[in-house]
Amino acid sequence: MSLLIPDSGLFIWMLVAFAAVLFVLTKFGWPAITGMLDERARFIDEGVAKAKEAGEKLEKVQEDTARLMHEAQEQQSRILDEAARMRQDIIAKARGEAAAAAQKVMDEARKQIETEKEDAVRDIRRQVGLLSVEIAEKVLRRNLSTDQAQMDYINRLLDEKEKESI
Amino acid sequence: MKGQQDLDVTAMIFDHVGDSYYWHLTDVGGTPVAIPLPVLVFSEHTGWHCFSSARFHHGHEACEGLAIAPKESPNAGKIIEVATGERPALDCSVTKNAAGLLIASVLLCLMIVGAARWYKKRDVTAAAPKGFIGSVEMLVNFVYEDIIKANIPTHTARYTPYLLTVFFFIFLTNLLGLIPGSANLTGNIAVTVTLALFTFVITNIFGTKAYWQEVFWNPELPAWLRPLMAVIEFISLFTKPFSLTIRLFANILAGHCALIGVLSVIFITATTMPGAGNGMMSVVSVLLAVFLDFLELLVAFIQAFVFTMLSSIYIGLSQAHHEHE
Repeated sequence: MSLLIPDSGLFIWMLVAFAAVLFVLTKFGWPAITGMLDERARFIDEGVAKAKEAGEKLEKVQEDTARLMHEAQEQQSRILDEAARMRQDIIAKARGEAAAAAQKVMDEARKQIETEKEDAVRDIRRQVGLLSVEIAEKVLRRNLSTDQAQMDYINRLLDEKEKESI
Repeated sequence: MKGQQDLDVTAMIFDHVGDSYYWHLTDVGGTPVAIPLPVLVFSEHTGWHCFSSARFHHGHEACEGLAIAPKESPNAGKIIEVATGERPALDCSVTKNAAGLLIASVLLCLMIVGAARWYKKRDVTAAAPKGFIGSVEMLVNFVYEDIIKANIPTHTARYTPYLLTVFFFIFLTNLLGLIPGSANLTGNIAVTVTLALFTFVITNIFGTKAYWQEVFWNPELPAWLRPLMAVIEFISLFTKPFSLTIRLFANILAGHCALIGVLSVIFITATTMPGAGNGMMSVVSVLLAVFLDFLELLVAFIQAFVFTMLSSIYIGLSQAHHEHE
């Protein structure tokens, strides 16, 4: 049957046409496409590797950041502690100085009071001395007859002096 | 209408699946409407002849001492020399199949070279293509990764262009063959035998030493088995391309025959059971034909896949290396 016998004319056409197609596609068709497929596969592989690397780097950076934050916090608390101590020192020193100044003022006041007191005592002494002299003068100046009269006289003088001093 | 009632279904099927010197489109009122094709014949008696097949007047007239053989002749439908009644020495006429082959070849080149241009203009960072080029890439990727690389681990680049061409050529011609009125290329044994020959030559021309050793004196077998296996392996060198030829040709031819046969039911029942019976059978046969068409779409892909797969397996085997190498 002719269906099963290859026709020589069509066979030749097929040989030529297929060889031509094979040549054209080998030269201008497939290399571009398969080259791109290979390159894309390589590109994707590289991309995956890069992404992995980037992930690792990011993790490292995060670790570094956490460490730095921790250090900064430590430093901050140290500085705060120092500041608090310094403040207390300053307050204590100021208090000490104030107390010393107050003491000084008090001492001076006390000294002044003392001198004024001494002045007052001296004044009183002088007054008492003057009084005694005056009284003695009056006693001596009068000639007294009786003891009773003497005593009355002295009392009256004293009363007078008392009234005078008031 | 009377003449069409004694319908010869067998002749109709063979008309459709066979080759012709015309591209037959349809019949109008009993006269065929066909595109005439160039006849190119070399006769040892009268030399080269080149003329349009329209001059045969659909086989009714001879031209330049050549004529189309009548149905009763052993060369039915072929050009014969009127003087001797024999086939001429060489008949390179552009028949319907040859014309279809040229169209398919040009189409395939345009498609793939066109797709390749897209890749040449872009670098690897470009997004994957969409649409037609995307579907070409999907198929190329499938054949390249799952068939070629999987079966041919060494010298892959040497065989990739051939195997991709074979896959796309068969797939495209299978699909074109499904268009009504088109040439039935992969259902023609001359086409499939050429494809199988390419695989045969490419397989054996680059065969490694280890491959030929396995064919003729397999060191892995006991000594007394080796001569017997050598004979079997030698025969299988030739049965491999033979099976490739027949598998593709028979699958596609059978599909076309079944499709035309199912559609012929409409015309057969028109004479045997006119009226409602014919109408019912027509509906059934059209539904069945639609189903068969979808099946043929699947077969078109599967046969292209199988041919490429087997070719790459044969090539992969011819690249065998011994363990110690």
